[in-house]
Amino acid sequence: MSQAVLEQAEAVPAGRRARLAKPELLAPAGSLEKLKFAVHYGADAVYIGGQKYGLRSNADNFSIEEMKEGVRFAARYGAKVYVTTNIFAHSEDLPGVADYLKQLEDAGIAAIIAADPAIIETARRAAPGLEVHLSTQQSTMNWMAVRFWKEEGLPRVVLARETSMEEIREIKSRVDIELEVFVHGAMCSSVSGRCVLSNHFTDRDSNRGGCCQSCRWKYDLHDGERAWTDPDGHPFAMGAKDLCMIEHLPDLIEAGVDSFKIEGRMKSIHYVATVVNAYRQAIDAYMADPEGYRLRPEWLDEIGKAANRPLNTGFFYRTPGAAEHIYEPEDKPAPYDFAAVVTGYDAASGIASVQQRSPFRPGMEIEFVGPGGRQFKQRVGDLTDEDGRPLDVARHPLQIVRLKTERPVEPGDLMRKRIGK
Amino acid sequence: MSAKGPAPELLTAAGSLEQIERYVRAGADAVLIGDPRFGLRLPGAITGGALAEAVRLAHALGAKVYVAMNKLLRNRELDGLPAYLREVAAAGADAVAFADPAVLLCARDAAPALPLHWNGEMTATNPAAAAFWGRRGASRAVLARELNEEEIAGFKAAAGLEIQVQVHGMTNIYHSHRNLLQSYMEHTGREAALVDRGPGKGLFLIESERPEERFPVYEDENGTHVMSSYDICLLEALPELFAAGVDSLYVEPLLKSEAYNETVIRSYRQAIEAWRADPERFRVDPQWLEPIRALQDPERELSFGFLYKEQVY
Repeated sequence: MSQAVLEQAEAVPAGRRARLAKPELLAPAGSLEKLKFAVHYGADAVYIGGQKYGLRSNADNFSIEEMKEGVRFAARYGAKVYVTTNIFAHSEDLPGVADYLKQLEDAGIAAIIAADPAIIETARRAAPGLEVHLSTQQSTMNWMAVRFWKEEGLPRVVLARETSMEEIREIKSRVDIELEVFVHGAMCSSVSGRCVLSNHFTDRDSNRGGCCQSCRWKYDLHDGERAWTDPDGHPFAMGAKDLCMIEHLPDLIEAGVDSFKIEGRMKSIHYVATVVNAYRQAIDAYMADPEGYRLRPEWLDEIGKAANRPLNTGFFYRTPGAAEHIYEPEDKPAPYDFAAVVTGYDAASGIASVQQRSPFRPGMEIEFVGPGGRQFKQRVGDLTDEDGRPLDVARHPLQIVRLKTERPVEPGDLMRKRIGK
Repeated sequence: MSAKGPAPELLTAAGSLEQIERYVRAGADAVLIGDPRFGLRLPGAITGGALAEAVRLAHALGAKVYVAMNKLLRNRELDGLPAYLREVAAAGADAVAFADPAVLLCARDAAPALPLHWNGEMTATNPAAAAFWGRRGASRAVLARELNEEEIAGFKAAAGLEIQVQVHGMTNIYHSHRNLLQSYMEHTGREAALVDRGPGKGLFLIESERPEERFPVYEDENGTHVMSSYDICLLEALPELFAAGVDSLYVEPLLKSEAYNETVIRSYRQAIEAWRADPERFRVDPQWLEPIRALQDPERELSFGFLYKEQVY
């Protein structure tokens, strides 16, 4: 770099970033299909699990061949694929790690997300082309710990969910490293990695993907003589409400967060596409015009249609209290259900082909949603199967069904049905 | 069975000068003390001038002193970190036990001669990770309580560090930065102040399908802590631990009476002395267990924990 460029760089007033870099939107993908939807709806990167070393042993994890296909698909959109290798390994898990990481590198994976230093070191040695991002399982929440991992050569740290907005700002101002934070989805109520409830209740190792969400079970609180739990009231609970930061994106961008992470490798296509779509629009709108940015109510409505738990802002602004935990039976607020995915559209006839994901019938109120917020409502008219035979109901999962749409739709658009109407 | 090498150290935590004296006299070779600003789940705070006094006392009694700094720190807590490390070093402490890499980084400047023990709690699960921390300055790894016999057996040689294993008492199974007890009180419309903060308030959780198991729970300035429903007791497994070359046997005194802890320490001390006298012919004497059993809370099982378990995932 020439001296002149350096001088220019130093001319930037101290303490204020001259230009806000556009943050990455990072989405979960529990399967190849979910990966495609996440990318199609605007994720800049997706994270997936392989067959080994990841923390969601129940997820429909990727084979190396599927990873390659995912990487090829993502590349068409300019998106990257990360792989979670975020277990805390035991000795028996470690043979084979180097080969596996090399396979990921060869498959075109951009980064692994790792917590265990055994895996981090192996990756740096055996697969130097693979970036290593420090997983939130390390529960990093201060700038000096972040500096430690930077000195270890890691380009990115996924901060602990306990880190506040103010702390993020300070970390970013003190350490030149990419910061990734969770902005949406379910949260451990413990400090990540510091919970072995599942190990104790079920002999399933939570830090190797066996978590059975014991923090969401019901408990009585006693002091030996009397129950503190109100017998007519709600039991004691540890479970946290889900995180949602879409209303606070400007704070996160201005704090210097480089990657906004959505939780949920176990979540549906509908969930991933809907949440990504909302955050994508909000980030783009803010970056296009920071001064004139306003949160649009449609984005919140959309988030609400995908939510399965009540939402909150976690530790970003204060330590969560009574209002941030779930004591009551969880209500399902979403008035819409995922009904189908558009697979084709004939402009001449205005007929769309859709693949059924839950039953629907003529007369039902439906809405179509596409990337970028394209959206409209209509009622289901006549239905036919692929061969043009009339249907009284689209009842078979994955069946291709044809119906007329009031506006053009595109492959990959989602079709939702209104519940109870 | 290899029975060479020095006898392992017997370590416990102490929350006051009185406890240091009592536990060392009962047979502890080393005590873990700390300040809740940097240490988690301590039986008491030893702060300010008491730190140097505690080290003097323990050293005079022939015991080592380790300082617990096993907290994951926040930015604001870093301000006091270098001064505290200097204070610990100046007091003559024999090591600090750390979890957060900030402590390791800070110690390089503030207390370069102070030995470091890596205590990753439930994340200290494999010797390669321990070796990583070893290459960055740690001389000891404190092993996760969720390891089994076979994993412990191979750990030391593979890690190239001293290893410390908890042999007795309860284990922490959940730590949150949330104030879950206060939050629940608020939710039920009761005064949050009803939650008397700190350990030893007798509160426990019962999971709805496991009415027999009581999980102690408490809240303090570091959040909410849930502890195991049983007490680990590895006295009868000492032959395996001696063979594995375990360097330090830790007795967790949290939420127990001093009399109980003293009894436990005496029993393990007897076992260690018997092994030291004749490693080849060492056998566990069932009588060592009896005084522990006599004081054991009938609601709490004595258990081998994960020592003989196979976990799935």
